[in-house]
Amino acid sequence: MKQFQKIKTTTVPFDKVNVDTDQIVPKQFLKLIQKTGFGKFLFYNWRFDVNEIPNPSFILNDPQYKNSKILVTGENFGCGSSREHAVWALQDYGFSVIIAPSFGDIFYSNCFKNGLLAITLDPKIVQKLMQIETELEVDLESQTIKTNTVKIPFQIDSYNKKILLEGFDEIALTIENEDKISEYEQKSNVSSLL
Amino acid sequence: MSMTLFEKIWNSHIVLEKENGPSLLYIDRHLIHEVTSPQAFEGLRLNNRKVRRPDLTIATEDHNVPTSDRSLPIIDQTSSIQIQTLEKNCKDFGIQLFGIDNPNQGIVHVIGPQLGITLPGSTIVCGDSHTSTQGAFGSLAFGIGTSEVEHVFATQTLWMQKLKPFEIKVEGKRKNPLAITAKDIILSIIRRIGTSGGNGTVIEYRGETISELSMEQRMTICNMSIEAGARAGLIAPDEKTYDYLRGKKFTPKNYEELVEQWRENLKTDPNAKFDKRFTINAQKIAPQVSWGTNPSMVSDVTEEIPSPEEFAKGDLSQQKGATKALEYMDLKPGTSITDIFVDRVFIGSCTNARLEDLVDASKVVKGRKVSSKVSAMVVPGSQMVKKQAEDLGIDKIFKDANFEWRESGCSMCLGMNPDILGPGERCASTSNRNFEGRQGVGGRTHLVSPVMAAAAAIEGHFVDVRELDLN
Repeated sequence: MKQFQKIKTTTVPFDKVNVDTDQIVPKQFLKLIQKTGFGKFLFYNWRFDVNEIPNPSFILNDPQYKNSKILVTGENFGCGSSREHAVWALQDYGFSVIIAPSFGDIFYSNCFKNGLLAITLDPKIVQKLMQIETELEVDLESQTIKTNTVKIPFQIDSYNKKILLEGFDEIALTIENEDKISEYEQKSNVSSLL
Repeated sequence: MSMTLFEKIWNSHIVLEKENGPSLLYIDRHLIHEVTSPQAFEGLRLNNRKVRRPDLTIATEDHNVPTSDRSLPIIDQTSSIQIQTLEKNCKDFGIQLFGIDNPNQGIVHVIGPQLGITLPGSTIVCGDSHTSTQGAFGSLAFGIGTSEVEHVFATQTLWMQKLKPFEIKVEGKRKNPLAITAKDIILSIIRRIGTSGGNGTVIEYRGETISELSMEQRMTICNMSIEAGARAGLIAPDEKTYDYLRGKKFTPKNYEELVEQWRENLKTDPNAKFDKRFTINAQKIAPQVSWGTNPSMVSDVTEEIPSPEEFAKGDLSQQKGATKALEYMDLKPGTSITDIFVDRVFIGSCTNARLEDLVDASKVVKGRKVSSKVSAMVVPGSQMVKKQAEDLGIDKIFKDANFEWRESGCSMCLGMNPDILGPGERCASTSNRNFEGRQGVGGRTHLVSPVMAAAAAIEGHFVDVRELDLN
């Protein structure tokens, strides 16, 4: 996994609540067997009409947001299905940070497994961030979001922070504890399905 | 110290703990399917890793499979490739697969309990959010993403931040249990606590109404815990639980010994502390019908569709969401729920496609015909459910009424196979999500119980099943 770098870009104010993963990547695109190339399917049914023509009123089709890497959105973002394709799509499209008052649990966990930074902030601050048109700087190391005029701290679990900053392979880390896993297995009487 | 059932299961599965960090939890059962596993297997190959415990892993094909004639080839190339990929992966990594032609094939959350894979007190994961279904057996069962699927493959463990226990008590006797189903109970709960009310928690359902429910009904309740935002739902096991799992394909040889231990241990201690509590009275629950695009947008069948203002109770974001939902659903506030006409009826999904669901729905259908304006289908949750229903003659009741009787799979719950709604089509569905486009681009979903769906198929619009003779 790539290490998370400090970023500074404009934001996309995506003022919707309960955006479920079915909207982030509709089911017709879950049949692929690779992790790449999902960006073109992001918010597909909102971004394109039935004839696959971009919907001009959808925010991501507005050229002013073309280079934004920060999505600022409403509560319970990423609720619903466990599909990690939602995270792959957001990243492949170009997003590095999602800011919301709350996230769906599985989506939140999926973000950190892929190096996408999900930041939870007070709903009032999120609403204010949606009004800001200048660039935001997101620094994970110091856990701050900066604009030209303000500095907003954010909370993050230290384990998730470490994963993102170091970009480490979680499986390799777990395998280092192989003896502990074997020890557990010796004690437990989990029944085989063979 | 007094502990909740969740804490007991959690503690007994800790391999390693980090201070203020996540715990490494041992996973007893890993269920997989074709949609969320291919990239995980690919990750193993790239790093030259194996599946650590193929003997604790079971695969089935459910999301993509056609529910029509399975002797024909799968027309959709991408679906076909995904299914072939799972078959190859299971072969390469030594995993048991209940594939499309296997009599044990079915929706992953339906076959787990039916085959005795699900066990009380165990940890169960699957790359699918409705894994919560299996919490009905007193197991800690939850959905995971594909990276976590890969992690479980390689290590049989998961790093998890501890969830918080949330008690939901359902009290009171239902006046008409055939008409007021488990689906109505869980929709009533989600309607009240909201779609994020359970975020970060494991819900333990308790109370006399829960005790009275059958195992299959308990599964319906736990299944939709994720729709309230909870990672898992949990019901303490009792004699019904132990009876259900006795003598299944994978029931352990020392089962009675295990049951003794479970009777002793698998319950929340008196005075155990929950982080959150909520109580609902089942006597006051009416048949529920969703009218919007998330599972909290629900009304009693006797009510009218609320205005976005009434629904949102002052929350402007929710009000905006409800306005957009009504626009998408092409519905107006003030319309009676019973004045909503449907084009399609879907009885199926991991929420409501077990034998009891089909038996109950057949009571509404028996001797009647589907409205000429409605196309209706029944998709049993597994091949085993299908066979059990056919042995009881249930298939004949549905077919005589002009329902289609299909093969098992996820089908129109999410429409990854050819079973989808057309744009603008309105469906009474026994599934779990009424999200925009879930059942097909532009399709409109109303979540209901199996008996409510069956009645809507017959009448062509929603009706109050309490007014029907169901006996």
